Amino acid sequence: MLDEGNINGKEVRWGDTHHPALSETKGDYDGQFLFINDKANARVAVIDLRDFETKQIVKNPVALNDHGGTMVTPNTEYIIEGGQYAAPLGWEYASLDDYNTDYRGMVTFWKFDRDKGRIDKSQSFAIELPPYWQDLCDAGKLASEGWAFCNSFNAERATGGVEEGNPPFEAGASQGDTDYLHIFNLKKAEEVYKAGKTVEVNGFPVISLQTAIDEGILYFTPEPKSPHGVDVSPDGKFLVVSGKLDPHVTVYSFEKIQKAIEAGKWDTDDYGVPVLLLDDTKEAQVEVGLGPLHTQFDDKGYAYTSLFLDSAVARWTLGGDFADKHPEEPWQLVSKISVHYNIGHLVTAEGDTVSPDGRYLVAMNKWAIDRFANVGPLLPQNFQLIDIDNTGDNMQLLYDMPIGIGEPHYAQMIKYDKLSPWEVYPEIGWDPHTQSVDPNAPKPGEERVERNGKTVEVFMTAVRSHFTPEHVEIEQGDHVIWHITNIERAYDATHGFSVPGYNINLSIEPGETVTFEFDADQPGVFSYYCTEFCSALHLEMTGYLLVKPTGTTAMLNQ
Amino acid sequence: MASDKLQKIIGPRTPQEELAQRRWRYLWPTICFLTAALLLVISTFLPYWSMILHAPQYPKGLVVHAYLNRLEGDVQEINGLNHYIGMRPLEEAAHFEKSVAVFGVVALALVVLAAVYIHSPWSALLTFPAIVFPGIFLLDLFYWLYNFGHNLDPHAALSNAVKPFTPTVLGEGTIGQFRTEAFADFGLLLATAASILILLGLYLQRRAYKPLMDQMVNREPQ
Repeated sequence: MLDEGNINGKEVRWGDTHHPALSETKGDYDGQFLFINDKANARVAVIDLRDFETKQIVKNPVALNDHGGTMVTPNTEYIIEGGQYAAPLGWEYASLDDYNTDYRGMVTFWKFDRDKGRIDKSQSFAIELPPYWQDLCDAGKLASEGWAFCNSFNAERATGGVEEGNPPFEAGASQGDTDYLHIFNLKKAEEVYKAGKTVEVNGFPVISLQTAIDEGILYFTPEPKSPHGVDVSPDGKFLVVSGKLDPHVTVYSFEKIQKAIEAGKWDTDDYGVPVLLLDDTKEAQVEVGLGPLHTQFDDKGYAYTSLFLDSAVARWTLGGDFADKHPEEPWQLVSKISVHYNIGHLVTAEGDTVSPDGRYLVAMNKWAIDRFANVGPLLPQNFQLIDIDNTGDNMQLLYDMPIGIGEPHYAQMIKYDKLSPWEVYPEIGWDPHTQSVDPNAPKPGEERVERNGKTVEVFMTAVRSHFTPEHVEIEQGDHVIWHITNIERAYDATHGFSVPGYNINLSIEPGETVTFEFDADQPGVFSYYCTEFCSALHLEMTGYLLVKPTGTTAMLNQ
Repeated sequence: MASDKLQKIIGPRTPQEELAQRRWRYLWPTICFLTAALLLVISTFLPYWSMILHAPQYPKGLVVHAYLNRLEGDVQEINGLNHYIGMRPLEEAAHFEKSVAVFGVVALALVVLAAVYIHSPWSALLTFPAIVFPGIFLLDLFYWLYNFGHNLDPHAALSNAVKPFTPTVLGEGTIGQFRTEAFADFGLLLATAASILILLGLYLQRRAYKPLMDQMVNREPQ
């Protein structure tokens, strides 16, 4: 499965995951699947929530990196993967001098096959975009179902080169006052794709920029410069964009956007994409504070925007149908709460669905500084739980949680009772990748070591507190295929298996069968053992792998 | 002669006019026996005995249900734990009993039904096995628990730590970090209720038929 994520045959075993998205039914979380993007390599992973394990990694054939993923359409028909840094589509070479003509952005719509629990590459497509560095996306819902939105942050098309005396990207990409909010008619895009009006890039169908313009798939409208989020309100009627260098959130009306498109009144950008006038699409602007990034919603008609520079979360009121839900005037800042420090994303309970739950918000702060004991120059991130159950200016910080690994970027908060993961795998010998019993799974009583020429196949079981067999005797130069079934049926009775010296370590959950292969190139004695503290006699859960130097006769220990 | 003996065993029949007059007096024993037989048959579908093992790392407890013909519950997990002290897998217990018990109990129920037609004291002898069956079950259970607890594998990992023991048949006990609760389950309760109903039926049957029996015996010498 990891090999599906290889890039041009190159093994890539790390990712820069950004935005998890839970699968949805009718715009609400259904607790079945989770998707996440890898910004560094433009890959998308599918995680099955029955066992919380990754089942599929797809590599985007068009782009090298992505950022605007993952978001799902209201019934998880499509998983949206928006691009990031423009490059020639299909990973071709082109000089930066030809940036305007040869570099392109993209957005990909991955079709999800819920029954198979896999992305169906053969039903997926991408749309070619100008090289504006697309950023976050969101799917329309309810009123705006069938549409999708992304923003962008380099409409200037800066190409950097600080070492050559050019403005650095950070300045070059911030020269203009506005960038472009991208508006996609996804339904029409699907029709155009199905009608075959696409070009192939690396064998993947792409709706060309010209086709997208001609077919009325793509529109722009100006947005405050260098934005970092577009978030669709729970009723699908409003789009909230925060230009991180502008103290306002800008709210667009989907209805106004539709009217502007119908009226056919627009400018065009250098590529001929219709640019709807801001005055025709804007519903409101709310001054919330410095460095606004991302917005989430609650059940009381409030929106919450993270303020990176202010290190705060702003609560502000929605208008439209939400105006009656809160005591304040619509489109107004209500209060702010300090967070510690430098908040990036924030997440409210089911806050990006059609029915947010309210009550709790988690501020995902990039810096912790003085919140925890100093553990050296690398500090944890700080997630802060905030009670947002009361209206008005009453928001309460409840808890700081240090996060020690990587930079958790965004999160989803789902009601616990919507999840029903397995306690143990349904049957002994389970292959989590196929979600069915592995026909080669070793069974209790049938453990053995089989030799077939230079290939040795081991059928092993693990149970508290022993492996069977405990002696595996092979010869240097053998190719080893090793299956282990954890035959436990007890909740949490996980075993590990490691072969020191052969770079092998695995986790085997109750009922699971794992298979691994290696070439026995080093002779010697290797004690394999269980790496999970499984029982009082855990240390005794071990065995010897004896690799005889070539030239001696192998005596297989049965 | 032979029919005389047979009549003595099956006891007197009730005259029609007597039956018409005091219908319930003769019906009650029948109801008792029928109900007892029914309870016995139902009990074959239910667990007779259960044990719950409590330990900190098993918040929901581990449970084993003993049916007449099988064990259910967390048997595999309990076997896994028992292997540390060298106890044999629980399925190895009472092979013979498990293979015949369901048929045996159904046979007991049929015999109880037969007792409806035996109006002499012989009915007590006929139903005796059914009456004592719950006791037999518990004795057999005790035997197997003793047998398993006293035949531990001396090579087991914890064989030094655990002395031979008999797991508690009914009530609370402790073994290692486990607190055990053993109790008679629905099947055994129904079988016990059947025993009581049979005893009641025998009493009511005696009360109804003794006068008729006496008449029959008194008539004989003439």
